[in-house]
Amino acid sequence: MLLIHCPYCDETLPEAEFTYAGQAHVVRAQDPSSQDDGQWEDFLFMRENARGPHYERWRHFHGCGRFFNAVRDTVSDKFLTTYKAGDARPDLSSLLEGQE
Amino acid sequence: MTRFNAFTLLKNAVTGHKNWTEQWPDSQPKSEYDVIIVGAGGHGLGAAYYLASQHGITNVAVIDKGWLGGGNTGRNTTIIRSNYLYDESARLFDHAVDLWEGLSQELNYNVMYSRRGCLMLAHNVHDVQSFKRHIHANRLNGVDNRWLTTEECKDYCPPLNVSPNARYPVMGGALQERAGTARHDAVAWGYARGAAMRGVDIIQNCAVTAIRRNPDGSVAGVETEKGFIKAKKVAVSAAGHTSVVMQTAGVRLPLESYPLQALVSEPVKPIFPCVVMSNAVHAYISQSDKGELVIGSGTDQYTSYSQRGGLPLIEHTVAAITEVFPIFNRMRMLRKWGGIVDVTPDRSAILGKTPVEGLYVNCGWGTGGFKATPGAAHVFAWTIAKNEPHPINAPFTLDRFRTGRLIDEAAAAAVAH
Ligand SMILES: Cc1cc2nc3c(=O)[nH]c(=O)nc-3n(C[C@H](O)[C@H](O)[C@H](O)COP(=O)(O)OP(=O)(O)OC[C@H]3O[C@@H](n4cnc5c(N)ncnc54)[C@H](O)[C@@H]3O)c2cc1C
Ligand SMILES: [Zn+2]
Repeated sequence: MLLIHCPYCDETLPEAEFTYAGQAHVVRAQDPSSQDDGQWEDFLFMRENARGPHYERWRHFHGCGRFFNAVRDTVSDKFLTTYKAGDARPDLSSLLEGQE
Repeated sequence: MTRFNAFTLLKNAVTGHKNWTEQWPDSQPKSEYDVIIVGAGGHGLGAAYYLASQHGITNVAVIDKGWLGGGNTGRNTTIIRSNYLYDESARLFDHAVDLWEGLSQELNYNVMYSRRGCLMLAHNVHDVQSFKRHIHANRLNGVDNRWLTTEECKDYCPPLNVSPNARYPVMGGALQERAGTARHDAVAWGYARGAAMRGVDIIQNCAVTAIRRNPDGSVAGVETEKGFIKAKKVAVSAAGHTSVVMQTAGVRLPLESYPLQALVSEPVKPIFPCVVMSNAVHAYISQSDKGELVIGSGTDQYTSYSQRGGLPLIEHTVAAITEVFPIFNRMRMLRKWGGIVDVTPDRSAILGKTPVEGLYVNCGWGTGGFKATPGAAHVFAWTIAKNEPHPINAPFTLDRFRTGRLIDEAAAAAVAH
């Protein structure tokens, strides 16, 4: 079972309280009608599917109910950090420092 | 290689089974091949077999980072069925079931295909309506599937709890009698043996680290742990790792890789006559010929390459199984494991050419590609050999995610297994 830190509640809680909400920082175009089919394909369907550190969204569903972001290593399933929605994407190299 | 028959069995019995020869050699890579297939699962090995047996292309290598059949092929719950909603899927999966029926004879290898029937339980009104819609669509496509009432479900599968007070009441079910199971390892081994017999090299414990391209963009070969290997054509069939491999050729795929888990019980005498799927509660069950209950769960909620998955899901699955089959609530579970499945947005496979000349892909089978193994391998080999899709896989293109021509089994709610 994953233990996940909710940055709003500031508590580390079992996975069962949370729902996964896909890749983070996927931005919808400001002007949708300007987008061509390839850009829609990217926005709707293409995902990093990273093997290693992955920026992703979680929701503290059975707690505060809020969405937040996380960086998790998809090989070890270890969370490198979690941060509030709207915060800038944390720098990977500083997160990986001190990791084995 | 020895042909298996009653005579060779008898001969080897007399000599204490000490003189069986190996079924395929452990090949080392040559410097160049006509076709390199990345991934020695059922799909990759099958494609090599059909390339050799149907298209006369034998200068072929199948390369795997681990042991052959050690990926999802060797980890799945082996449910075979073809009652998918859309015409395209029905054709593809029914093509596979046609091949399953003759596969043991064709390969001279017992893949233990067992037509024991697959019963999909309806637990709520939505299930009833959606399964009946599937049944009608299937029958128009010539795919067998019929409705059973609650009592008929109980007759077909006596361990079922059909009490009206059950937590998951059984409101009926969809039965495909042609569906069943097969021995997963034997599928990989049978194809491996058949391919090797025709000259295909099977190279194990050799990860492909990158796909190389020529200056004109076409495929040049693959970088591996054992060095560069040149190839005219490269075909990727790497399940949960396909997007990682394809990225090295600059091809992005709409795939996400999730853990999918399964578990088996201690072996018991024959008690469970068929396959039962309960999509609403994500519980899938059959009994293996060894006597173990084979139980599959749904995917974990997060993407991962860890081949483990979390325990909460196993707890949920076992809870559902013991509700639907209270008779099993004191069975002991022996082992659980996970595989990494490659899921597409519409829950249909991507099988065909890619934007890179000479590069082909067969992926996106997600939680339900074992059943497709012979059919997918057969049309994949055709596509590689002729550089154009077989009519059956022609709709399963990568560019459908741009054109919008999805094959939306996800929306059809046929949870794939
Ligand atoms: C628990 C579980 C239950 C399932 N239940 C069912 C079911 O009941 N019915 C059903 O139809 N389907 C089921 N499936 C899905 C099914 O197992 C798969 O869709 C199918 O087996 C895929 O076959 P494959 O040959 O494409 O992949 P695999 O057998 O996974 O083969 C891919 C191979 O590629 C290799 N590979 C990966 N990366 C590299 C690399 N870089 N270099 C070299 N080799 C590489 C891997 O080692 C692996 O051997 C289940 C899956 C799981 C995990
Ligand atoms: Zn919270």
